[in-house]
Amino acid sequence: MARIQVQEALFDMAAESAALTAGRVDVGGVASFLGVCRGDDGLAAMVLEHYPGMTERALGRIAAEAEARWPLTGCTVIHRVGRILPGEPIVLVLTASAHRAAALESCAFLIDWLKTKAPFWKREEFADGDARWVAAKHEDDAAALRWSAKPE
Amino acid sequence: MRILYFAWLRQKIGVAEEEVAPPPEIRDVAGLREWLATRSAGHAAAFADAKQIRAAVNQDFATPDHPVAAGDEIAFFPPVTGG
Repeated sequence: MARIQVQEALFDMAAESAALTAGRVDVGGVASFLGVCRGDDGLAAMVLEHYPGMTERALGRIAAEAEARWPLTGCTVIHRVGRILPGEPIVLVLTASAHRAAALESCAFLIDWLKTKAPFWKREEFADGDARWVAAKHEDDAAALRWSAKPE
Repeated sequence: MRILYFAWLRQKIGVAEEEVAPPPEIRDVAGLREWLATRSAGHAAAFADAKQIRAAVNQDFATPDHPVAAGDEIAFFPPVTGG
């Protein structure tokens, strides 16, 4: 059962990772992806909006798909919302498995699917007062599509 | 029928949600979108480019031909940009 969390607060990556191995000896590897807010072009802050209720449901479904495709011992997805400053973390994906391939592949799958299948929207605020909604990227769709066939 | 708006649709329309009772001939997401667009200048601006709009019915992503009915929660929003 995956741990899914949507929150404004910062998270503790080391504690989250430790929780996936605590008290068990069947974990051979923990893979992680930490998404961080870049400060490109004078970005002052990123404001993350989401659809409460549907967000948790969509993330749970994506995590369940990862657990169906790979033999995971644990899975954690934490996505922040609200105002995020450059240099701060936005999203954490952790996957644990007996072997590295399942952990690494499922981690990449989760972040690729999350970007196209979970209802979050980013708005960029700039130091000069400008603000704009981030447009969806074609490369994100392409990255999600490469997982559409189940692995052999 | 409860309608929710997110991101720039919410900004253009000026409300995050509204309760509506469309006429009975409105049966799917595309029909509802066209009907909502007639409600105000803000709605018309928000729904002007159908290609930039996605929808969810009862918190699941829905295609334009997905049926809609009284009591549904229907959301309209731009393509998602999380992660």
